[in-house]
Amino acid sequence: MIHGEAAKLEKDDAIALKTKIGLILFGVYSLIYAGFIVINTLTPRTMGTQVFLGLNLAVVYGFGLIFLAIIMGVVYNHVCTKLEDKMNKPSEPGDKESAKTEVGK
Amino acid sequence: MIYSVSPLAIVLFVVFVLFVLGISFYFGNKTKSTAGYYAAGGTIHWAVNGIAFAGDYLSAASFLGICGMIAFSGYDGFLYSIGYLAGWVVALFVVAEPLKRMGKYTFADALDSTFNNKGIQLAAAVSTLIVSICYLIPQMVGAGDLVTPLLGMPHWVGVILVGGIVIFIVATAGMTSTTYVQFIKGGLLIIFSTILSFYLISNGLAKKPSRDYHEFKSIPAVVSGGSVTSIDSPDYKLAGEFEKKGMRFVKLEKAGIYSWWKLNNKEGAFMLEEALSKTVAADGATLYNGEPQKAGKFFQVGHIGKLVKDGQEVDKVEGLDPFSYISTIEKSEIISFAQLPVPIEDGSDRVTVWYQKPTSGSEIMRPGLKFKVDKGATPWSKLNFISLMLALFFGTAALPHILIRYYTVPSAKDARKSTIVAIAAIGFFYILTLYMGLGAMTNGVLDVESSNMSAPLLAKYFGIGLFSVISAIAFATVLGTVSGLIVASSGAVAHDLMDRFLNIKMTDKGKVKAGKIAAIFVGGVAIILGILFKGMNVSFLVGWAFSVAASANLPAILMLLFWKKTTAKGIAYSILVGIVSSLTIILLSPEMYEKYGVDPATAPIPLSNPGIISIPLSFLTLIVVSLVTKKKEKEVPIKK
Repeated sequence: MIHGEAAKLEKDDAIALKTKIGLILFGVYSLIYAGFIVINTLTPRTMGTQVFLGLNLAVVYGFGLIFLAIIMGVVYNHVCTKLEDKMNKPSEPGDKESAKTEVGK
Repeated sequence: MIYSVSPLAIVLFVVFVLFVLGISFYFGNKTKSTAGYYAAGGTIHWAVNGIAFAGDYLSAASFLGICGMIAFSGYDGFLYSIGYLAGWVVALFVVAEPLKRMGKYTFADALDSTFNNKGIQLAAAVSTLIVSICYLIPQMVGAGDLVTPLLGMPHWVGVILVGGIVIFIVATAGMTSTTYVQFIKGGLLIIFSTILSFYLISNGLAKKPSRDYHEFKSIPAVVSGGSVTSIDSPDYKLAGEFEKKGMRFVKLEKAGIYSWWKLNNKEGAFMLEEALSKTVAADGATLYNGEPQKAGKFFQVGHIGKLVKDGQEVDKVEGLDPFSYISTIEKSEIISFAQLPVPIEDGSDRVTVWYQKPTSGSEIMRPGLKFKVDKGATPWSKLNFISLMLALFFGTAALPHILIRYYTVPSAKDARKSTIVAIAAIGFFYILTLYMGLGAMTNGVLDVESSNMSAPLLAKYFGIGLFSVISAIAFATVLGTVSGLIVASSGAVAHDLMDRFLNIKMTDKGKVKAGKIAAIFVGGVAIILGILFKGMNVSFLVGWAFSVAASANLPAILMLLFWKKTTAKGIAYSILVGIVSSLTIILLSPEMYEKYGVDPATAPIPLSNPGIISIPLSFLTLIVVSLVTKKKEKEVPIKK
């Protein structure tokens, strides 16, 4: 049984660019996360160093990773929405239906 | 620990359960199609889906497990929060939109959308089932832990209760009722965890957490030739002495009641420090601190030994903010209770002892208490830690019950937006876990027998009302997550295996019926496993589910999306290798050896977290098999 197309979705010309941005942001976050693991593993006592408002590096880095994920997510969504608005304009004003197609066809 | 049952908690619990059942009845009448049952018809608003994501993801492991682990192991527990949240970055930036475009109802649909291959259908369905069951076990264990203080019932009753309710939720309305249960539960969990954290920080820190907190006694002792020869107390008599793991424990008798004490050398003077004990006699009779459980002598523990503020030792600190709350703990000394790894064999009695362990705040607030990365670290223990953090990072985007939520929204854009709502909600909650865990650690609420109860017992510290609400929400937490897991599992059985792999001809109505029967079966399996795994930390168990998911599913998803040479056989083999290798390492791990009753030191693989071996192995399998089978397969991946 052929499964067929997964889902009927609007045509999206911004996919390639969004994927590229997503991968770059993923790479940046992964490096920062990897740094966190490396410090925790190799020099765990460094994490006890006080760095900000009486908080140590362990807490600041940990909270930082959580806030960074939220901020990067919001920025990513903003950029993607702009790209979608810019690259997926209907061929004629008000002709939204003409832009609808099934992905994969 | 013996708990007193709260009528208010029972009322709230019953109201919540009736409400959930009402939702299921309401949506059950509207859910007739396969799309409605498995994907809520793809009509859920992204904001609702985002909070439902949080409700799905913030399971018993997050609320009960992480708070408990922080309460017992400090910052090491918070590492789970960081890893769980970081995993959403992979989901957002790499997986969310492509998966929405490729999938239909299940994770297997997405993997197979390119190939229509029986091997992928079977491997992905098996993987979904195994990961979901690994994830279900800790949820059911958490449910059992909750019901004891909430309703005064045994652990197994809680497991059956949750199993029964969830089977009803899923079997009536599938993903629609599950979504709204998760939405409500996710919202309530975040709101009331914020309230609890606010109370906690406002309350400040004190050396004596409450008026009725037990005063742990110290008795001066005289030691000769390594043994205690006399003690400076007219009330107690020496009744025995044991050495275990380099520590000396003394058994004292007072008015026919036996208690256990640890011998410490404080600045040249020997002192006996009161410990907690549980004695199981040969006939099964159990005594807590030498008395029956009903005597209530098995105290809740956890307090501050030295409270330091601005360089001065004080008894109480008030007016703290979220930053100074943490920094004050960091400068103080906490009295935690450590369990002696091996029970003492006292005649025919088996005695488990929990002894006072003063720990500096600076040690608590950095890694090393649970994960051996500092004192006593070995290359294996460090590798084990890296392996866990790797699995948490890559596991989220590979959890079938999370992935199916991408099919409940109308578009890829909605999938992305709902993921961001989820990250914000989940991230905020995970920050709160640090406060709730530290609060439980320092406010004398810990039950040494169950780390999972730390957060609800902390709520009890602030009044029975808050405890009742938090317990009902914690119970809802389990319901929400288990519902999602059972929907994913029933999809794997009825849609992936029966419909697609076995090609059993069914009408749309028949497919829904098959899904419901599968839900009942998986729910039954979850109940049995939940009873068998009683006593293990739920977050620790969920770490294993992440490892299996990251090993079995993520390499297949990533390579399908980003490597054009990926073949159907490559995907199927990588999933199977990921499952087998990760499960084998887990089953041969020191933790499982302990569960089997065998000395953990004899475990053939010293790793508890398999990710660092099984994830690369799964990637490697996919690459090698794809390269070998490329010419034989005609399938060409669709455009990425």
